[in-house]
Amino acid sequence: MGEDEGLHQTQLLDTMFVRGLKRKCIDGEEDIEGTLAGFKAIPSYNLQRQSLLDMSLVKLQLCHMLVEPNLYRSVLIANTVRQIQEEMTQDGTWQMINAQNSGPSSLDRLVSTDILCRSSKEQAEEKFIQGYNGFSKDFEDTQTQEGEEILRPPLQAPRNLPTNMWEMESPPENRGNFHKSLDQIFETLETKTPDSVEDLFSEVDSSYYNLDTVLTGMMGSTKMGHCDVLETFPQAAANPNSNCKSDLNELDHFVEILVES
Amino acid sequence: MKCFSRYLPYLFRPPSTILSSSCHTEADIISTVEFNHTGELLATGDKGGRVVIFQREQESKNQPHRRGEYNVYSTFQSHEPEFDYLKSLEIEEKINKIRWLPQQNAAYFLLSTNDKTVKLWKVSERDKRPEGYNLKDEDGRLRDPSTITTLRVPVLRPMDLMVEATPRRVFANAHTYHINSISVNSDYETYMSADDLRINLWNFEITNQSFNIVDIKPANMEELTEVITAAEFHPHHCNTFVYSSSKGTIRLCDMRASALCDRHSKFFEEPEDPSNRSFFSEIISSISDVKFSHSGRFIMTRDYLTVKVWDLNMENRPIETYQVHDYLRSKLCSLYENDCIFDKFECVWNGSDSVIMTGSYNNFFRMFDRNTKRDVTLEASRENSKPRAILKPRKVCVGGKRRKDEISVDSLDFSKKILHTAWHPSENIIAVAATNNLYIFQDKVN
Repeated sequence: MGEDEGLHQTQLLDTMFVRGLKRKCIDGEEDIEGTLAGFKAIPSYNLQRQSLLDMSLVKLQLCHMLVEPNLYRSVLIANTVRQIQEEMTQDGTWQMINAQNSGPSSLDRLVSTDILCRSSKEQAEEKFIQGYNGFSKDFEDTQTQEGEEILRPPLQAPRNLPTNMWEMESPPENRGNFHKSLDQIFETLETKTPDSVEDLFSEVDSSYYNLDTVLTGMMGSTKMGHCDVLETFPQAAANPNSNCKSDLNELDHFVEILVES
Repeated sequence: MKCFSRYLPYLFRPPSTILSSSCHTEADIISTVEFNHTGELLATGDKGGRVVIFQREQESKNQPHRRGEYNVYSTFQSHEPEFDYLKSLEIEEKINKIRWLPQQNAAYFLLSTNDKTVKLWKVSERDKRPEGYNLKDEDGRLRDPSTITTLRVPVLRPMDLMVEATPRRVFANAHTYHINSISVNSDYETYMSADDLRINLWNFEITNQSFNIVDIKPANMEELTEVITAAEFHPHHCNTFVYSSSKGTIRLCDMRASALCDRHSKFFEEPEDPSNRSFFSEIISSISDVKFSHSGRFIMTRDYLTVKVWDLNMENRPIETYQVHDYLRSKLCSLYENDCIFDKFECVWNGSDSVIMTGSYNNFFRMFDRNTKRDVTLEASRENSKPRAILKPRKVCVGGKRRKDEISVDSLDFSKKILHTAWHPSENIIAVAATNNLYIFQDKVN
């Protein structure tokens, strides 16, 4: 039973990889690698790394929404992002994405890549990569900024994109749903001002759960794109709710707190 | 008692029924387990802020097979959910750690902590009550002086045994971050509490101030790359303590050197194996627990995939490394996705420091005999925990053909994790917390 499932997943993984390889940005990465560094020239590696980066940024943004995130977890995630960024800078992928970002062909770029590149490029915005560099600000004492922080640039970025990563990676049945709810959140977060926090969260309230379930759904499917082909994870895939239970609870709490206040 | 290594670790059996709450809610999840110094008592803390204390029954000649079973002795609400109005933040009541104080009189004392506040509890028995006061009646109401015609001598009358838990001290408002460890000093007058970025030293008698002995908070929080994950005092030297970090390092500090121990005396770190490098290297090297051996000679650390034993006299590498569940190495990406990679597994020594125990997924826990180098995987489950049945070793099959009785890596249940275990200080009795169930296993008698 378990083995059958595993086999099925492996096949799926294979197809996901084939699909992933068709992506335009991979070609670009290969070019850069060919001319610049040449090491780690496996496209699937870049794909995996990119997906890991995206996943980490989503995790950080969720951390970011909490008043008092788990520091242990968020520091480790932030370090992972730094590490990926460092490596991408070294092998030139980072610059490549930056260059691509300024051009008109941004169709294949991922949400979080855009967040990173935008803020790193646009010096006017001092908030460099809010997704992870700014997260720590909230920890100590800046309660009043809390609301603002959430509303700032990184979350607005996706609005400018005609396509995003979720469409690339998710199976069709997940796509629309997730896109919608994600958009909804970004929209909500961006249009509200800090003094209407209640409004903000009364609206987000329902979509939180959407985001959460869709995120887990998304993760269940994106992992096929970037995890090792040999990897199968029926338990996690079969029961996403239990895995994200704590997150959900934290978010739940957070919403409650804000609504109460 | 017979030499344990002959048995190890195949002959554990549950001495009694599994101790658990009948209806399982989030609040029932056990979050810490700790034996007291004699092993007579066992305390658990849960997510609902409750502390349950079990007491070992006296041996009875009529029922020799019921040797030393643990029964509920006292239950009390240690922490309540609170609300921080300044931060607009709910403070969970979940008990993060419990530490017993050495017993000095008939009463027992323990420290319990949630994310922010440490409390000192006194647990004491009462089996007599005073009767026959002159100014008060039996219900405690004042008597009308005009009705008092004679004086009498109050007497103590026996009554049903009552166990009372009373909060004696509350050590609050000293931690900005989440407390992950508390440790009682061997001077028995002080203890420390560690959060993500700071460690404070307290005197048991003083609740309104503590000394900050370690502070790794950078001036600019954006430069933060490391957090404190666990801390413990040396069992005999009251000036020495260790703390572990999310970067996989352990620092040993000497409080005689300076009041603020930001500079360590020893720094234990193993060089990274370049062949195993991945994006998850740092996360899996992060230390989730650190424990001194009873002798004080060794420290044991748990990271995501291994347990390591360090000699206090050798800082550059551990003297022993044990693989807990190496088959998960190929699954790190998925474990990162579902956040399991951030699970904080604890580890414990047996009474003679010859065996170590730590938890894993699928309700499995592992034991390693340091002398024979044998290891075993056991499972805490209702099905195989019939009284007096012997726990059978379990095996996880990695790739290839799965043999009968083996479980494939892909069918492990990652929601069933054993994070907290405890080992009786002198006997081979272990307590294993599996979600809302507490399993107590003991070495087979003869």
